Amino acid sequence: MSGSVALDTLKKTPLNAVHRDSGARMVDFGGWDMPVEYSGIVAEHLAVRKRVGLFDVSHMGEIEIRGPQAVELIDALCSNRAAALQDGQAQYSGLLYPNGGFVDDLLVHRFSADHYFLCVNAANQDKDFEWIRGHNRFDADVRLTSADYAQLAIQGPQALPTAQALTPADLSAMRYYRFIRHEFAGAPAVIARTGYTGEDGFEVYIPPGEGERVWNAVLAAGEEYGILPCGLGARNTLRLEAAMSLYGHEIDERITPYEAGLGWIVKLKKPAFTGRDALAAQKREGVRRKVAGFEMKGRGIARDGYRVHAGGEEAGWVTSGSPAPWLEKNIGMCMLPVEAAEAGRPIEIAVRSRMVAAEITPTPFYSRRN
Amino acid sequence: MYPPEYRYTKEHEWVHVSGESAAVGITHHAQDQLGDVVFVELPDVGAKLQANGAFGTVESVKAVSDIYAPIGGDVTEVNEALIDMPELLNSDPHGAGWLVRLKIFDATELEALMNAGEYAEYVAAEGG
Repeated sequence: MSGSVALDTLKKTPLNAVHRDSGARMVDFGGWDMPVEYSGIVAEHLAVRKRVGLFDVSHMGEIEIRGPQAVELIDALCSNRAAALQDGQAQYSGLLYPNGGFVDDLLVHRFSADHYFLCVNAANQDKDFEWIRGHNRFDADVRLTSADYAQLAIQGPQALPTAQALTPADLSAMRYYRFIRHEFAGAPAVIARTGYTGEDGFEVYIPPGEGERVWNAVLAAGEEYGILPCGLGARNTLRLEAAMSLYGHEIDERITPYEAGLGWIVKLKKPAFTGRDALAAQKREGVRRKVAGFEMKGRGIARDGYRVHAGGEEAGWVTSGSPAPWLEKNIGMCMLPVEAAEAGRPIEIAVRSRMVAAEITPTPFYSRRN
Repeated sequence: MYPPEYRYTKEHEWVHVSGESAAVGITHHAQDQLGDVVFVELPDVGAKLQANGAFGTVESVKAVSDIYAPIGGDVTEVNEALIDMPELLNSDPHGAGWLVRLKIFDATELEALMNAGEYAEYVAAEGG
């Protein structure tokens, strides 16, 4: 094995040296050299549920759209209604193909009426950028600005005091899915009350050169709360407990928002957008399959891609499956025909050579109390 | 780190022979690579294991890993404690985290395995 050669081809975040020096276990995550865990996925997961955790999510992509018709471009390509946003507000949305499947899922932030900031998935950013640029009928200025930002996620019940210690902005006054552009640990930042863990928290976008300094400042500010640096392993188990979709799993180019249980990001009544006709027809006729949550009843852990049987026949597949460290259960999400996907229905998961009993359960598996 | 009286495989299992029987487990390096172990699947007592044959699985939060028999033998005992406490594989992989005991078929199979010094070098060369 010549690890060093492969490593050279991996992309690195501005925090890469920090991760490696602190002994994080690194993995190739969609072409990025990323930390999967520091102290352990379970400890990191529990830190976020009970205290606070810090994630480097600088691999995420940023696309900025400027111009008097910037919002028309976004609304022509995305399923949610960007025109409803106010300055300082963010929105979860779907960038869709004509068939209603996802190019990507994303967060749309309105900086101002003529400047929008999109946060997109790392592995999709080039595809997203080309898609938006290729459909730019509104003469907007579309730029892929991922290299201009490091992104840190501070998540957990103590995320607020941790982050508040580092900025003069009043974060307690900021509501969920709002953001402010202000100084953070001395760096110019976008501080958004968003996250991917099911907890309260902030996602902070800063210049890449400030990444390491701000990372260390957050760890110092969170020390009194027991903050832990967290890897992508805990990020995945946290989002799964909260039943949040992951591109390539619950959603992809063939799965629509309705099938993924994301009908709330589809605004059929807004002006025409790519995928609208397919979605309107699907809404009219009803979906035939959908993503559902399940819990293992027998002894075994469902993993991504395992086959799901319902009524004795193969009926679908596990989109995401894992032990859930907070719930202390083995859970997952799967794609099934709607009639097999009702809560309470028994299913079986093919765990390697064995069929293991499971049951469809309501989602989210976990939601915070507040 | 690696007990000198054990023998080791390239798949990161260990075997500890005493007389005609042997205990089998995974190494410290293996558990470190896996992370938090949450599930262990082991054969039944009486199962016949072939050298290098997969005989069970160890799962961490993130990954599923097959375990291979360092040598052939009849399973005489399985570590039932791992069903409720799979974390023993992390905390004491060379001791309380043993997986199965075997009645050895052919002691000469041990000759193909690494000693502790060779295994430590092997792990270091792998980048561990």
